[in-house]
Amino acid sequence: MNISAIIFYLIAAFILISGGLAVTSRKIFRAAIYLLFSMIGVAGLYFWMSYEFIAAVQIVVYVGGIVVLIIFSIFLTHHVGSEMEAPNRMRLGFSFLAVLFAFAFCIVTILKNEFVPGLAAPVDLTVERIGTQMLSLTEHGYILPFEVVSMLLLAAMIGCIVIALKIPGATGSTTQAQS
Amino acid sequence: MFSLENLTHIIDHALNNTFNATIAMLIEMVIVGICAITLFAVLGLVLVFMERKVSAYMQIRLGPNRVGYKGLAQTAADTLKLVIKEGFTPDNADKFLFNLAPFLVMIIAMMLLAPIAFTKGLQMWDLNIGVLYLSAVSSVSVIGILMAGWASNNKYSLIGAMRSGAQIVSYELSAGLAVLTMIVFTGSLQISTIIASQQDGWWIFKGHIPAIISFVIFIIAVTAETNRAPFDMAEAESELTAGFHTEYSGMRFALFFLAEYVNIFIVCAIAATIYFGGWMPFHISHSIPFADLFNKGMDFIPGVLWFTGKTFALIFLIMWFRWTFPRLRIDQLLNLEWKYLLPIGMFNLLLATAIAILGWYF
Repeated sequence: MNISAIIFYLIAAFILISGGLAVTSRKIFRAAIYLLFSMIGVAGLYFWMSYEFIAAVQIVVYVGGIVVLIIFSIFLTHHVGSEMEAPNRMRLGFSFLAVLFAFAFCIVTILKNEFVPGLAAPVDLTVERIGTQMLSLTEHGYILPFEVVSMLLLAAMIGCIVIALKIPGATGSTTQAQS
Repeated sequence: MFSLENLTHIIDHALNNTFNATIAMLIEMVIVGICAITLFAVLGLVLVFMERKVSAYMQIRLGPNRVGYKGLAQTAADTLKLVIKEGFTPDNADKFLFNLAPFLVMIIAMMLLAPIAFTKGLQMWDLNIGVLYLSAVSSVSVIGILMAGWASNNKYSLIGAMRSGAQIVSYELSAGLAVLTMIVFTGSLQISTIIASQQDGWWIFKGHIPAIISFVIFIIAVTAETNRAPFDMAEAESELTAGFHTEYSGMRFALFFLAEYVNIFIVCAIAATIYFGGWMPFHISHSIPFADLFNKGMDFIPGVLWFTGKTFALIFLIMWFRWTFPRLRIDQLLNLEWKYLLPIGMFNLLLATAIAILGWYF
């Protein structure tokens, strides 16, 4: 076993352990932190595969974005510090069975599949390549999904602004107008 | 001429000849780690001393001048005091997260050091997404602060952490846009390419108007991101005692303190790399007469000196802000970001793109 394989198993163990702790921890803030570690582990796995761009995006989106969002929403809930009650036995059993079947299904699929090593030479993934592919109009170009997602995000942003907007003269608004 | 690049190559060769590749790599990692930790310790000592002297200068007083020659050993004495102090953990605090938070903040500061080029060849990891890596990893540091604020089980800490979170998340956008503006000119995210593209002049001069606007936005945004005055709402001492690190004492407090100064160093190093050419000496375009002679003359000053000189000049600038501007209120702070900096940054990005397409830069 060379050093690369050792690093792989270390990262994989880190992801699995922190992922497991995230779902079993009964303190909600700790669960969020374990989820954070799991996400960082996945980013580490991408770095290990030298997909630096995807690793950085993983960190920006999941770690810096979504986990921070989760933590903020946890702060806004009640009883953050107290432990959650233990789930009931029945539910625990059924969820365990569901997970077991899903896991077995995955394992069977992976074992059945024959992995053929790709014949194509590995591509050098530079940011220029990703950018060109993203905005290309030709075959395998991603311009349409890119634009659709942009429109969706724009709509979401306008929606947020409308919800947060204070209509002047509306009843019950006691907050002072900002200069 | 003496160059650090040769030194790193000699060490690399010597190790690879003596051991096999794996062990050589492990030894190199250990050497780099020791260098990074030493740099952190030295930076902490130097920057804290510098801050106290600069603040004294701004307020027309002497500053530390008792311990050692002209007070030079003051921060070493302070560190000794912090090491031997007891580290308290408050009752009912989440002990695990409370102890983890300072280390998390520190680890992130260390990770940010990886792609920074100190001089030609003296760089830990020249990955092809250098600048993106920096902004990605620095977005994690907010979690360390939120963790510290929450785990302390203290209302002041929690309020400080929330303020800090809102502030860092907002100002990250402006800093990112400012960097993106410069990426339009450099055409690469790799630190070594960005530095190499400044061989005939730094981007602050070559990129003229958009580069200067972007630099101003970047400096304002990173001052906010490092939670320094005039944006130190997170630890506003007259309102929140000390914000998110109220409950920390002893060495754990020292780690937060050290991480703050290391972060200042890192953001200034990024600014120096993107706008002022990193270790690249002050070169002028070949179209100007006697440019080659001038450039040769500038090359005699080693790259490390250029890099540290530029970085410390920017650190001085940020310290100057701290001791001359009054603190902003939270609504002013968010207004500044969302109503001024972000629209200006977006417009500036368009302007930079237009200039880059038309070729109106030098």
